[in-house]
Amino acid sequence: MPHDTNSPTSARKQAHISEQPSVAVLISLGRHPLTGRARRADQDARAVEMALSLGDAQPRLLHAGQLDQDSEAALRAYLGMGFDALELIEQEQGADVIAALSDRLRETAPQLVLTGARAETGEGSGLLPYLLADALGWPIVAGLASIERIEQGEATLLQALPRGQRRRLRVRLPAIVTVDSSAPAARQSAFGPARRGVFEPVAHASVQDAAFAEWRVQPARKRPKRLKIIKATSARDRFKAAAAKAEGGGGQILADVTPEQGAEAIFRLLQEEGVLR
Amino acid sequence: MKDDLRRDPRKEWIARNRLHPDHQRVLAELGRGAASAEWLGPNGLTRRDPHAVGFIGPSGLKRIDRSGTQQAATASDTRQRGAAVDARKWIDIETPAFVVAVVPDMSAGRLSSQDRDVLGLARRLADADPQRPGAVLAVLFGEHKEDSLGEAGIDRLLHLDDDAFAGYTPEARLAALLAVERQWAPRYWLLPDSALGGADLGRRLAARLGERPATGVWQLNADAGNGGWQCLARGAAGTSDIQRPLPRVVLALAECAEPVYEARHAARPVELAQKLPETLSRIRDMGAVAVDPAGVSLAEAEFILSAGNGVKNWEGYHRAAEVLQATKGASRVAVDDGFMPRDRQVGATGTWVTARVYVAVGISGAIQHLQGIQSCDKVVAINSDGGCDMVKRADLAVLGDASQILEALVALVEQYRQQQQESRDAA
Repeated sequence: MPHDTNSPTSARKQAHISEQPSVAVLISLGRHPLTGRARRADQDARAVEMALSLGDAQPRLLHAGQLDQDSEAALRAYLGMGFDALELIEQEQGADVIAALSDRLRETAPQLVLTGARAETGEGSGLLPYLLADALGWPIVAGLASIERIEQGEATLLQALPRGQRRRLRVRLPAIVTVDSSAPAARQSAFGPARRGVFEPVAHASVQDAAFAEWRVQPARKRPKRLKIIKATSARDRFKAAAAKAEGGGGQILADVTPEQGAEAIFRLLQEEGVLR
Repeated sequence: MKDDLRRDPRKEWIARNRLHPDHQRVLAELGRGAASAEWLGPNGLTRRDPHAVGFIGPSGLKRIDRSGTQQAATASDTRQRGAAVDARKWIDIETPAFVVAVVPDMSAGRLSSQDRDVLGLARRLADADPQRPGAVLAVLFGEHKEDSLGEAGIDRLLHLDDDAFAGYTPEARLAALLAVERQWAPRYWLLPDSALGGADLGRRLAARLGERPATGVWQLNADAGNGGWQCLARGAAGTSDIQRPLPRVVLALAECAEPVYEARHAARPVELAQKLPETLSRIRDMGAVAVDPAGVSLAEAEFILSAGNGVKNWEGYHRAAEVLQATKGASRVAVDDGFMPRDRQVGATGTWVTARVYVAVGISGAIQHLQGIQSCDKVVAINSDGGCDMVKRADLAVLGDASQILEALVALVEQYRQQQQESRDAA
């Protein structure tokens, strides 16, 4: 029973909290891309998973938004990952949650705030962590793959780059880090802990997002495919463009060279392109 | 004078007789070669000899080239070259009405296709009013390998090539962008919405400027009502479209606009008026981490060493891939023969790869395989056959025995690694 808070292992975990940095995870409501049902947001769930993998510290969950039947089921899915409580700042429908979240974070002052890169509902611009970081004056790192260690007020992080590459960063705490789909997948949500978990309400006035209400939102249209533009002026050029095989455009051919010379040329090209690490 | 007075009836007869063996020579002698295909008849009508067009090709067959290149080649060379240069309009905006700032990603030191699209979008915004054109200011960080930046539509070029901007330095870059904001006050800020490039920097900039940016913009429409702009942006993880007025900071997706083709812009270098203040960075870049190249999916691998039928020494190939830290790929033949697993196949039936550097060892280049490597930047071929299609496609082709060349390459790279290690130890 890994998620049972009454087991002795959990009690041991509780004892270590004072040495560990406090971690908060901002969670949001997800939306299933096919059925449109409310669910736990994929990237936020990955952030929760990463917070749980940090070791002994029990992260706190923080959500700002409306609580109704749909959203309650989705939020309980986070509780089912092994939590007994979730802080809920209740806000009205269509509210801007930045003030609420930044005030709450300033109050509780966690060392590390984890969250998904962008929401699955609403505007989903991925701007919230940046605005929070700007409001709190904390550094922010995006696109995390894993957290290697946290010591002496600094976190060593692995950032996921395109093409499967990784970069090591060291960030002064407190900091906000965001997680996208290159982070490890989230664990399953267990039904029992999800039912048993409780919402801890936190009061904060809600501010309406006036600008968003004015915009027109519609289901995503399929983007038109870009047409291949042929700029040929004569029939012969058009035919050549249509029938041409892929050409390298004046590639260099080294014939009658020793293997060493050939290897030298390849080595130089690899170095120029910067693929040799 | 000679031509006027003395006629040679025999030569004239040969010139009229197309079947005569000396016909071509005599035509040339009379100065009526290809030019005689068209002349003014006695009644003022243009007469045309359909048999006189074209030329005899190398195989002895008559060839008609309607593209005009053949004629142009015989015409004066200077005129030809002048025409090629003039084909694209040269645009140099002296006093721009406003500035549109673009921060391209410049991944690997080159403009990506998304960068070009965003520059195209910037041109649409800048050129909306032909009487009062704006200038597109590009801010480049670090070294670049691009030599034709003006052709992408850049009027002003701010190149910040400082050690402070090397690696992942979002805080220093943000400070530089804020200095640009103070100096030029751009009407729009455009950045590509690409992971860890413009997406990160653009959101930082928007948060600092206090602007609410439009993210995931993929279409720009002129607003009929007030002469402004409306944009269409993806929202909610790509499941909805948001139509809204265009804000000052725009993060645009790929193919948001057509890149610039027909014009060359000046790309005048500009400088920041004030020196950038020293920023205290709270994020330190510790450098790239070696990842297991076998764990990277073939479709997104950056550097692929691909093997084909020409590879005889498979152990040498695997060792080379290990030393080079390249992802392994294979042609269909190598897979069918059981030397490589099926999931490593590159080509139409296998994976379409997007590598920046693709090294093909002993692959002749079937059309299906060449389709699979269409979007690779640099292709290197190691092959024994100089006439194969892969050699034609390759940017660098080395002809010779593949196993020997790989061995030599492995030796070079090992030596290079050792030197690097030594210099690191010394430091």
